[in-house]
Amino acid sequence: MTDVGRHPRIKLMTLSEVESISGYVGNFRVKVHKKARYVDESECTACNECTDICPVMKPDEYQMGFSIRKAIYMPFPQAVPSSFVINMDECLGNNPIACGKCLEKCDKKCIDFDMQDEIVELNVGTIIVATGLDVYDPTALDEYGYTRFENVVTSLEFERLICAGGPTDGHFVRPSDGKTPKRIGFIQCVGSRAYKRGHPYCSNVCCMNTIKDSLLLKEHYPDTELSVFYIDIRAFGKGFEDLFNRSKKAGVRYIRGLPEHIAEDHDSGNLLLKVENTTAGCIEEFELDMVVLSVGLESRQDGAQLRHLLALSQTSDGFLAECHPKLMPVDAPTRGVFLAGCVEAPKDIKDSVTQAGAAAARAGAVLSADMIKLEAATAVVDKEKCTCCEVCVRVCPYVAITASRKQKIPAEVTEAMCRGCGACAAECQFGAISIRHFDDEQYMAQTEAALEENPQDKVIVFACNWCSYAASDLTGTSRVQYPPSARIIRTMCSGRVDEKFVLQAFKLGAPIVLVSGCHFADCHYIDANRWTQRRMDRLWSRLERLGIRPERLQLEWMSAAEGNRFAQVMTEIEEMRTKVTREEIEETKKILEEYESKKKKGTAALGSST
Amino acid sequence: MTDDSLRIGVFVCDCGMNIAGFIDCEEVRQYAEGLDGVVVAVRNRYTCADPGQDEIKKHIREHTLNRVVVASCSPRLHEPTFRNCVAEAGLNPYLFEMANIREHCSWVHSTNLEAATQKTKDIVKIAVARARFLKPQMEREIPVTDAAMVIGGGIAGIQTSLDLADAGHMVYLVEKQPTIGGMMAQLDKTFPTMDCSI
Repeated sequence: MTDVGRHPRIKLMTLSEVESISGYVGNFRVKVHKKARYVDESECTACNECTDICPVMKPDEYQMGFSIRKAIYMPFPQAVPSSFVINMDECLGNNPIACGKCLEKCDKKCIDFDMQDEIVELNVGTIIVATGLDVYDPTALDEYGYTRFENVVTSLEFERLICAGGPTDGHFVRPSDGKTPKRIGFIQCVGSRAYKRGHPYCSNVCCMNTIKDSLLLKEHYPDTELSVFYIDIRAFGKGFEDLFNRSKKAGVRYIRGLPEHIAEDHDSGNLLLKVENTTAGCIEEFELDMVVLSVGLESRQDGAQLRHLLALSQTSDGFLAECHPKLMPVDAPTRGVFLAGCVEAPKDIKDSVTQAGAAAARAGAVLSADMIKLEAATAVVDKEKCTCCEVCVRVCPYVAITASRKQKIPAEVTEAMCRGCGACAAECQFGAISIRHFDDEQYMAQTEAALEENPQDKVIVFACNWCSYAASDLTGTSRVQYPPSARIIRTMCSGRVDEKFVLQAFKLGAPIVLVSGCHFADCHYIDANRWTQRRMDRLWSRLERLGIRPERLQLEWMSAAEGNRFAQVMTEIEEMRTKVTREEIEETKKILEEYESKKKKGTAALGSST
Repeated sequence: MTDDSLRIGVFVCDCGMNIAGFIDCEEVRQYAEGLDGVVVAVRNRYTCADPGQDEIKKHIREHTLNRVVVASCSPRLHEPTFRNCVAEAGLNPYLFEMANIREHCSWVHSTNLEAATQKTKDIVKIAVARARFLKPQMEREIPVTDAAMVIGGGIAGIQTSLDLADAGHMVYLVEKQPTIGGMMAQLDKTFPTMDCSI
């Protein structure tokens, strides 16, 4: 930590939050709101005089509320920067009648009650998001009595109680009576691997954290009886199994089964619990002096703003989605943005450090280049055709398009920000936007080629590159068989699939068209696939109005991991295909030909009248 | 459509037995040769290997090809490989198209050679149809500001900042709290080394 403070190339900005971000890879412009510290951090020597005299007492967050701190305080002794800070919401203020004592006391005159918040503007080439996580609050789990029973603590509270720098100077005592507990229970998976309350995922670190805690206790208090209640012990990392074995050898009892609920003995403050030992197949009862809830980890509650600023998306567990789970695990979907640490998923310190190194290397590769190449597949506007309607501006997930209806300014694409999802091109009613390397002509030609011979035997599948197409690849690598009717056409995003591609496929005799993309939370282009959904909704209504069975247009969301599901979907669709008769196909062709000629006449009439 | 200026080369990959074991690759090659705009269709044992790539380059030069279609595996796997390959032979890398006949055909219809071969022909035809409309593309280059912003001063943010700064880059480390350290600073000892967190 201290290395950061004194590194010549690191500018540390504490009490700071990102307020706005504009620009793109290589050229981000950031506004940072730096809150006033009210203490000059370069002058403060951390002499403690101010804090000694401060009359305001507040629970110390660092010590999990087990001790108090003042309104002018140092978060913890090793804090970087090594400087005091005033919490102005708590301070009585620089009013000689009310207080102002610290100001008088500070010989170096570091305290400045007039210090103002600042907005600092930064120009950076890359951004690394390492905003961490929250710890699960077990208060909602009424059966464990956390907050009702003093001697039920969380694993984070345990850390403070056993720490030499903690509120008890490392003398491990229980909160109710300050005595050293002799019988301690650890309950695992609190808020993790739970489907009703808490989170369905494994929080990764809690098993090893408890094993570590048990070893610390056994080291300091060898005659403590320790029981760990668990579902599975996941000691998968390097050296982890050794620690687990050491803990067992030290006499820690591991009991497979979670207690249903905890009761408190009012007089002693002891905790009574019953658990089904699923290994022994019996019910066991315990009286414990203290229970530690091994709480899980969750994504940050306050993460939405930053996610929005950087156009990042979450996976279903609430953590940030990476660009590719295997091949680009530290790249965010927004180019030039990287993820490190628990913001991506719960992980331990070693994994956080490893990922941080990877993120630095990936970001460094961008920063070390004088120039970087941008993907060529971006949107291009034909300004002649553009009516300045601003639809594309609303559609673009990357805020890469500007236009103004009022001022009649046609759409303009900031190429460096465009990721080429193509949602704008598909939504533009005037054919004014095309996507380089993925233009309409190409898709129309592909559909035409696919349906040139025996169209009645084929299913046209538009598959997004990142999820559905990847799923269809996985079907292949897994050698899962499905009927050979599918003709897969790759789009970068399902949001690219224009209504006219689908209608053309039907006009050329396709019995079934499948449009498939990523699950909503997984969209590679933030939420471009929401436009797919809206468009398909519109198309279904239109098909119905025209007298074409809407079921012939299918929409499926699947992830890159769902290879089996792709095969299953294709098998189901093949069944649907066999039910579409030649007569129905011919009828559809006729309907669409008429519809198109009417539309053409309509536009011609419109053209002549204007 | 027929455009006399189109000179497409199609390279059908056997992928050892991964494709050739389930598909009549020779039939596919002959079919490809008959498609509009195709001037040459070649079979390779492994197109992605150096001899396969050399063959593509040789044919680009010999036949002055201006579009290349490789019918082999998924573009998610080897599109970058072949883009580089055609670029080395002087062709704009965006004038390349892939037909995924392995993941989308030979591996998923491995019990019906006849149907799989028919589907493969369609996949090649679709790729050639797209290839006809490919245009050369330029990848725009932009300058880079040599500085990074790290948001969050926990263990991950600290490590990233140090690594980047040590590598010579300017780093702005933005932390919401009055100190860095994050969650880690609240921990006592940490596994697996059982030493202090700070």
